[in-house]
Amino acid sequence: QTVTVEVLDHLEHLALVDFRDSEGVERLQKAIQFADQLHEVNTDGIEPMDSVLEDRCLYLRDDDVTEGNCMKELMKNAREKVEEYFVAPPGNIPLPKLEEQDAFLQSS
Amino acid sequence: MAAAASRGCGGVWRFAWQRGARGPVPAPRGQRAVAFNARGGVVQPEKCGLAPWVPVVGLEIHAQISSNSKLFSGSQVQFVAPPNSLVSFFDASLPGTLPVLNRRCVEAAVMTGLALNCSVNKKSLFDRKHYFYADLPAGYQITQQRVPIAVNGSLSYSVCIDNKMSQMVTKTVRIKQIQLEQDSGKSLHDDTRSQTLIDLNRAGVGLMEVVMEPDMCCGEEAAAAVRELQLILQTLGSSQAVMAEGQLRVDANVSVHHPGEPYGVRTEVKNINSLRFLAKAVDYEIQRQIEELENGGTILNETRAFDSKLGCTVPMRDKEAKQDYRFMPEPNLPPLILYDTKSLPANMNHQQVVNIDWIHERLPDLPSVKRAKLVEQYGILPEHSFTLLNEDGLTEFFENVVTQTQMKPKKVIGWILKDLLSYLKQHSLTVKESPVSSFLLADLLNLIEKKEISSTAAKQVLSELWKGEGKTPLDIVKEKKLELIQDQKELEEICQAVIDGQENEVMAIKAGNRKVLNKLIGLVQRETQGRANPVLVKQLLEKKLSE
Repeated sequence: QTVTVEVLDHLEHLALVDFRDSEGVERLQKAIQFADQLHEVNTDGIEPMDSVLEDRCLYLRDDDVTEGNCMKELMKNAREKVEEYFVAPPGNIPLPKLEEQDAFLQSS
Repeated sequence: MAAAASRGCGGVWRFAWQRGARGPVPAPRGQRAVAFNARGGVVQPEKCGLAPWVPVVGLEIHAQISSNSKLFSGSQVQFVAPPNSLVSFFDASLPGTLPVLNRRCVEAAVMTGLALNCSVNKKSLFDRKHYFYADLPAGYQITQQRVPIAVNGSLSYSVCIDNKMSQMVTKTVRIKQIQLEQDSGKSLHDDTRSQTLIDLNRAGVGLMEVVMEPDMCCGEEAAAAVRELQLILQTLGSSQAVMAEGQLRVDANVSVHHPGEPYGVRTEVKNINSLRFLAKAVDYEIQRQIEELENGGTILNETRAFDSKLGCTVPMRDKEAKQDYRFMPEPNLPPLILYDTKSLPANMNHQQVVNIDWIHERLPDLPSVKRAKLVEQYGILPEHSFTLLNEDGLTEFFENVVTQTQMKPKKVIGWILKDLLSYLKQHSLTVKESPVSSFLLADLLNLIEKKEISSTAAKQVLSELWKGEGKTPLDIVKEKKLELIQDQKELEEICQAVIDGQENEVMAIKAGNRKVLNKLIGLVQRETQGRANPVLVKQLLEKKLSE
């Protein structure tokens, strides 16, 4: 089954990825097909595994202060800063709604 | 149907009529058939054509865990610090960093779960909740959505009926679950330059989210439940729970429906910064929804913010209608396994084990237990112990006074709650800031017990002590000449003088009207400027009048 325009739009909003051209959409389709192979495995009566670490022991750390105090280093990567703050746009910039997008996406 | 109404509060929205096509149905047993409007005025349903409403209130509470370091990293937890100074590489979500769970945070959540009568899950899991916001650098929050650390608990709290402290009623709210999760950073909005400044000091601090089922029905119940939770958390030490410092944040879920009908659409109310505002916000939202629906409108399933200046709720910007968080298991954390004495593995490293039973044994007395002990130990009333625990430091103050005075605790409590507390409230002072120490108050009360001054005189002394000029009660008594007259002869003379001057009253008393005696006692008090022992005066007058 093909990926509908509504699903694509929903994914783009959620993950902020850009399926700007038909090649991108094609790649997504192929990725879904690849993952669908998992359905071929019979998992009746099997407990789902949600982590390969499930048999490991979750390590518990002591409540000591061992990190932090590295503002200058953290700021090195910031494109914009104001005093010691990171700068971000005023709010989430909304993506264009489905109706406003290029016609080509609707035809693919 | 009737269940929804009966589980509701005994206060403002209590009602018994069920309007339907078949007309009014007789009230369930014991309830008068009236409806109450929002401010408690009685409204006969037939008179205004209104069908009654059942408000439903649920709460989501985020309590910041009191710990030295964060939930998954070793950076410090502190309220005030230079921006971005308490941030590790993991907190900033730099690639290649991994979460490492803080044992203290696990213990705090277990303590809280046990105190709230929850089942503590011996195996709980961590998940990622994805959404985009500048103060969430990773683009997801690590939380416990599938299997949280504790479930199915309860919290009991008290509310006053009709604002009378003497009529307190116990309510229970079910706790759906408690989960561990990360706090986000802070955004400072700079509208002039159209930008947001981000401080990640708070990003990654451990939170306990306590989810309360929608068992409450009004602002008063919600505030009382949160207050009790606050006291419990502070007693446990798992959170300092100071709302003003953002250590306790409450979101309210509010809806209304008619009895017998399904629950209405609910709205979420955020940005509530105090218990008082919580009650206001909830009551406003209930009222808004009722008015909207009665005018034929509909309620949107939206998130609203409480505007404390205007006292109303407004739709929130930047919150889309339906968020898809795409929950997935946190792949970097194995399940969290907790043990009890039975399941304790033999040769495991002590430091790696969280033993639920061990924590249970060491739980301190919860507020409800403390209150019961105060009532039993000192013979005070339940509502007295409620006030003692409700004011920070007041219980300690009371107990200190009791140990330093001969006055019975039952009498001391009156001085603490009526005199001391009202002074504190009038001047907006906390117990710790009181200019009158427990030592001074005990000293004053001892003067009353030794019959050196009357209670009326003592109140005058207290108002002087309040000025905090460093004088002792005895100093003030001497200064203002407030000592009780000890000379019996002097008192007798004054009593005689009053009797001689009130012929009509004397006749009335001798004729059998005992009440007039109080007038004579009052006159003696006036003559002596309040320095006569009223019991003694009564005795003397009665003796003289019977001669």
